[in-house]
Amino acid sequence: MNIHEYQAKELLRSYGVAVPAGNVAFSDSQAQAVAEQIGGQKWVVKAQIHAGGRGKAGGVKVADSIEEVGRLTDDMIGMTLVTHQTGPQGRIVKRVLIEEASDIQDELYLSFVIDRASQRVTIVASREGGTEIEEVAKRSPDKIITETIDPALGLADFQCRKVAAALGMNDKHRMTQLVRIMKRLYRCFRDKDALQVEINPLAQVAGEKLICLDAKFNFDDNALYRHPDINELRDLEEEDPKEVEASGHDLNYIALDGDIGCIVNGAGLAMATMDAITLHGGRPANFLDVGGGASPEKVTNACRIVMEDPNVKALLINIFAGINRCDWIAKGLIQAYTTLDIDLPMVVRLAGTNVEAGRKILEDSKLPFLQADNLDDAAAKAVATVKGEQA
Amino acid sequence: MSIFVNRQSKVIFQGFTGQHATFHAEEAIKTGTQVVGGVTPGKGGTTHLGLPVFDTVAEAVRETGADVSAIFVPPAFAADAIMEAIDAGIKVAVSIADGIPVQDMIRVQRYRQVRWETEGDTCLVIGPNTPGIITPRQCKVGIMPAHIYQPGRIGVVSRSGTLNYEAVEQMTALGLGQSTSVGIGGDPVNGTDFVTVLKAFEKDPDTDAVVMIGEIGGPQEVTAARWARDNMKKPVIGFVAGLSAPPGRRMGHAGAIIAGEDDTAKAKMDVMEELGLYVARNPAQIGETVMRALRENGIS
Repeated sequence: MNIHEYQAKELLRSYGVAVPAGNVAFSDSQAQAVAEQIGGQKWVVKAQIHAGGRGKAGGVKVADSIEEVGRLTDDMIGMTLVTHQTGPQGRIVKRVLIEEASDIQDELYLSFVIDRASQRVTIVASREGGTEIEEVAKRSPDKIITETIDPALGLADFQCRKVAAALGMNDKHRMTQLVRIMKRLYRCFRDKDALQVEINPLAQVAGEKLICLDAKFNFDDNALYRHPDINELRDLEEEDPKEVEASGHDLNYIALDGDIGCIVNGAGLAMATMDAITLHGGRPANFLDVGGGASPEKVTNACRIVMEDPNVKALLINIFAGINRCDWIAKGLIQAYTTLDIDLPMVVRLAGTNVEAGRKILEDSKLPFLQADNLDDAAAKAVATVKGEQA
Repeated sequence: MSIFVNRQSKVIFQGFTGQHATFHAEEAIKTGTQVVGGVTPGKGGTTHLGLPVFDTVAEAVRETGADVSAIFVPPAFAADAIMEAIDAGIKVAVSIADGIPVQDMIRVQRYRQVRWETEGDTCLVIGPNTPGIITPRQCKVGIMPAHIYQPGRIGVVSRSGTLNYEAVEQMTALGLGQSTSVGIGGDPVNGTDFVTVLKAFEKDPDTDAVVMIGEIGGPQEVTAARWARDNMKKPVIGFVAGLSAPPGRRMGHAGAIIAGEDDTAKAKMDVMEELGLYVARNPAQIGETVMRALRENGIS
């Protein structure tokens, strides 16, 4: 789960990590009130969406007067921001963060991630703040500093000093600050079951003070049950409404841009089904995992959610029943067909437990299910159906 | 022969009296698995399915000589249950649950390391988020449908469950059976990696070739392919799911996310091919690719 920058900064503040003075605003008058409260001569207005690359897209602006704060906020709220992370449809800005402007002397990159190779939390840092770490990694991998944290011992001071020294922050004043920031960030990461915390940039401002100018958090969905405070920060408006609806039915759905709707059990098989469609020259409309115990209701919900996508021209149902049973799935499909009044071609591939019974139920129903013998056959039939329609 | 589990394995179920554990214990017994009891804290001294129930894994091991545990404990308590199994001296602990917090698994892996360094314990943790492990007709520890597996000489290791079934069905259609099938699970931090399983298959005299089924996200497949090139004589057939997956999205499995260029299915399969593995580019051709590998290596 992701959160907004202003929420991330509030969280950091509660851990004693330095962030610029600021607050969220939902309107121009609120924004002006926040700016007045902060004081000073210069403010930054930052669009709050769950995607990076806001600066280049016009989602970060500097204001020299309270009036300008209001004007910029008014422009920004309601605008659709398209960045390299939002996709072409972009995201509508609904709130902004008003902050004191900082006089930046230097920018660093600092993040905490789960390193899958060492299976530990790892610090990733670089002198090149403000640019994306992937770019730095590609251009000059030697400029990336990493330090792995032992989960039993926690993050030791000397490790932080090593990172600080490698970043060139080897005078006492800045090193002390950096050690403190790293230790507090790690504590926050561990306490809140984060998967990633990225501070980019960690800026050096007047008085050689280090401060987090931007902050990105990603939390472990599987651990939210023990962090009600974090769960409350979830902004459903930043998520695809259909994905939210699907998760409410315990279905895993991700929208794609093709025209063959997929309903599959198991994440790996769901991906493989999409791959098979692609290899046959077709385009999957979605990823959908119905999970283990797919009841008739669940199958019906899955069909409905997939068909809400107006691009979908055919459905491909691929179920390999393990704990599940093909006869139940078949009954679920018939129920879905009749209750939803489906008028799209449905290619069905059943395999595993009670497969003969399942196939017989579909056949006996006399409904226009196109049965497939295996994965390849299913993908071929689905693609042929869609292409036939276009011809 | 086989790897990790066989007809001599003595299996207990943690969370034994729960609905899922009960169902899958019955299934395991039906397929010839030696189930010797189970653990449900607070229910020690009773019997379930005609088998003894214990309060702790330590007691269960002491009383039954169990060496394998099927852990049917919900995600919030699963990490603790895995560590209890390690502490009790279990040799193979299989954790089925999907949804264990990543940092819990980081602690489990650290605990395994400490136990290995201080006590010399070597417990294999399979999963989490796995259908489990099966040696056909000998020992089934997990939730997979036993009837699709046939005894044979192909080793199978995969991150995904249903894709494992898919590959097995394709092999069955071609008359190929399995020595052992291992699901290492779909989580970003898992107990057993591909390399550990490949190592065991390479040593197993009854395995002729290994099918390795990966997916997008993480460096595991490439590490394993590199290890296979340097250390294996047996052919390895690889497939990686997620060719059409968009970057930055978790595709169902917590670990299936393209975080960088090396994480994509294409990049992984390209490296596998460069390293001399047999690669099935199409998920529908895993079985055929196994046949080709066997033929080209003079194995029939």
